[in-house]
Amino acid sequence: MLGIVRQKMLEQSLKKIPPAVSVLRSYSSAAKQMTIRDALNSALDEEMSADSKVFLMGEEVGEYQGAYKITKGLLDKYGPERVLDTPITEAGFTGVAVGAAYYGVKPVVEFMTFNFSMQAIDHIINSAAKTNYMSSGQISVPIVFRGPNGAAAGVGAQHSQCYAAWYASCPGLKVLAPYSSEDARGLLKAAIRDPDPVVFLENELLYGESFPVSDEVLDSSFCLPIGKAKIERKGKDVTIAAYSKMVGYALKAAETLEKDGIDAEVINLRSIRPLDRSMINASVRKTSRLVTVEEAFPQHGVGAEICVSIVEESFAYLDAPVERIAGADVPMPYAANLERMAVPQVEDIVRAAKRTCYRSVS
Amino acid sequence: MNSASCAAKISTQPFSLNPTSPASHDRPLVSPKPASLFLGSTRKLRLSSSSKLNLHRRSGTVVAVSDVVKQKKSKSTHSLLITKEEGLELYEDMILGRAFEDMCAQMYYRGKMFGFVHLYNGQEAVSTGFIKLLKQQDSVVSTYRDHVHALSKGVPARAVMSELFGKTTGCCRGQGGSMHMFSREHNLLGGFAFIGEGIPVATGAAFTSKYKREVLKEADCDHVTLAFFGDGTCNNGQFFECLNMAALWKLPIVFVVENNLWAIGMSHLRATSDPQIYKKGPAFGMPGIHVDGMDVLKVREVAKEAIGRARRGEGPTLVECETYRFRGHSLADPDELRDPAEKAHYAARDPITALKKYLIENSLASEADLKAIDKKIDEVVEDAVEFADESPVPSQSQLLENVFADPKGFGIGPDGRYRCEDPKFTEGTAHV
Repeated sequence: MLGIVRQKMLEQSLKKIPPAVSVLRSYSSAAKQMTIRDALNSALDEEMSADSKVFLMGEEVGEYQGAYKITKGLLDKYGPERVLDTPITEAGFTGVAVGAAYYGVKPVVEFMTFNFSMQAIDHIINSAAKTNYMSSGQISVPIVFRGPNGAAAGVGAQHSQCYAAWYASCPGLKVLAPYSSEDARGLLKAAIRDPDPVVFLENELLYGESFPVSDEVLDSSFCLPIGKAKIERKGKDVTIAAYSKMVGYALKAAETLEKDGIDAEVINLRSIRPLDRSMINASVRKTSRLVTVEEAFPQHGVGAEICVSIVEESFAYLDAPVERIAGADVPMPYAANLERMAVPQVEDIVRAAKRTCYRSVS
Repeated sequence: MNSASCAAKISTQPFSLNPTSPASHDRPLVSPKPASLFLGSTRKLRLSSSSKLNLHRRSGTVVAVSDVVKQKKSKSTHSLLITKEEGLELYEDMILGRAFEDMCAQMYYRGKMFGFVHLYNGQEAVSTGFIKLLKQQDSVVSTYRDHVHALSKGVPARAVMSELFGKTTGCCRGQGGSMHMFSREHNLLGGFAFIGEGIPVATGAAFTSKYKREVLKEADCDHVTLAFFGDGTCNNGQFFECLNMAALWKLPIVFVVENNLWAIGMSHLRATSDPQIYKKGPAFGMPGIHVDGMDVLKVREVAKEAIGRARRGEGPTLVECETYRFRGHSLADPDELRDPAEKAHYAARDPITALKKYLIENSLASEADLKAIDKKIDEVVEDAVEFADESPVPSQSQLLENVFADPKGFGIGPDGRYRCEDPKFTEGTAHV
């Protein structure tokens, strides 16, 4: 909770500065830069030292220092009882982790990518998500499932799917998708402390990117609230709602749009379930136009859900149909040029925003 | 099961042509774990394993059930195992695998190949030893480490290289990539990225072979399926489920474990309660065989028997091939966890060098013959690279193709009208 108050103060102090990303970056020369990898690593480290019930489980999390080096150094610090290298048995080890969570310990299960979580999805949905309901509140499952989600580069159809919509459709799960280092730290800490199952969707291509972090983010009690989105860039002409890597693309699109006189407001969803419908609706009531951006398959996706939320609550405020930007409705192809076409690019977002403003898209 | 009685008979070790030292038979493969560390401390295992166990970690004990095998073995110990033509074919196939994979590494570092690339260097004996005994209609199912399985099965090097470059002339027109090689013509059923995913698929292919023979009455259908997978997969539930079903239904399948001791950075010994994988076969009612996977001739002998069993309808076999990958798990793996002494030990047992030595010592081929093959393969691989380079990238329209075999769905006929509106639709049989 302290995080929101501090965040509001930060926002107010930043209001004096025009909210363009480049300016934010130069302001940050006073603040530290932190990569997502370090943010996640430090969050895990701090939570594990604060609570000895927290343990890590997954393939290559220990000796290999993490398949993407997120858990680097944790084996040396906390030993093999708390950082467990598992055999290749997603269904097996996820089930074991859920069973442990029934008895009050707090596992953080790493999937090498969320594609592999499909082998364990029975345990994520049936054993973890539904248990508190079925036991009428007697057994809660304080477990976190984390790992990279969505497309990487050239890894083919079986390694590139985004699972935000799948998990977010299931009651009993909380689904988070961080973008910046601040999000990564705050949301992972909140997820580990949360008494319910949380699916934490990272992005492999963002792991090496640095973001500015303020001192309150580096504090070991820093937490972000689950279920609240963040306005990354204030604007008045069109709302662009995105999560994970697409937030970066949306911010770049906003810079391009600014040159054409369109002032875009970019919302970083942060939490896919529960979705921050009130913030998105408030934004759309202000701008009257909405573009949703996601990397996932379009049908039954996050963008579709946001669109319905607007139609249900703010239909009278819309001046243009909602534009939904999503990945192509095909399994991810391998060839580099086809892959580029299968994933949204900045130009797609710019064109969609212009369409909502009834400007020509050329 | 007769595995207990067979254990007594195996002291003659019908399958090891060069028996390992007797002392290693009795040595336990895993050091006893201290009670406090419940999943095993890395350091404790490393200390005891690196000096002694890694190098002599195999017992020579072999479990063989079929008597036919033992008779065959005693006949052939004194004669040569292969003819000149067979020897040259095996050599050429292994050199093709090695040269191709080395070229893949080069191309990757030059940026022509991207994503995940898993190379097969060091394991060629397993692929060549098994796949060269198959017919065109037999099926092979593999994992992400599938380039060499594709080449051994007969997919042209050009098609595989183009696929890796992401060009439209690749075997999957650039839509599959390194980990998803498919070829209907050569009955290569993939190419699966998920560990253990291919095993049920292979079991299904074997099931179809039996189904065709018994239900569809194609009397001469004796197609065999080979499922290749690694040591890490043997801890996965799908593996055990399929051993059960294959033995239960006596399916014509051979489960080939390419045990290269490492699953990315996880040593087999740290991940497995009983590291002797071949023992898991008899638990499900099929023979489990262990063979030195760095020796193509030994692999071939075992393979002949296992494939023969399957073809005769006697059921599945589990074959564990002790092998090693010379490179890291993939081209992105820094390969820091493996002991250099272990790597050197296996590098000295390079299967290609061993076959070369055998051919020359037994006067089956001369140095000149082998050099000619080396040169020919170099040309084939370079030609494949050139072909792939010059091939076009897929056209934009290819993005949306092949999502479905029938995009309109069965209910709509070729003339665009609903089939169920055709008055003849429900007449007699279900033929439309």
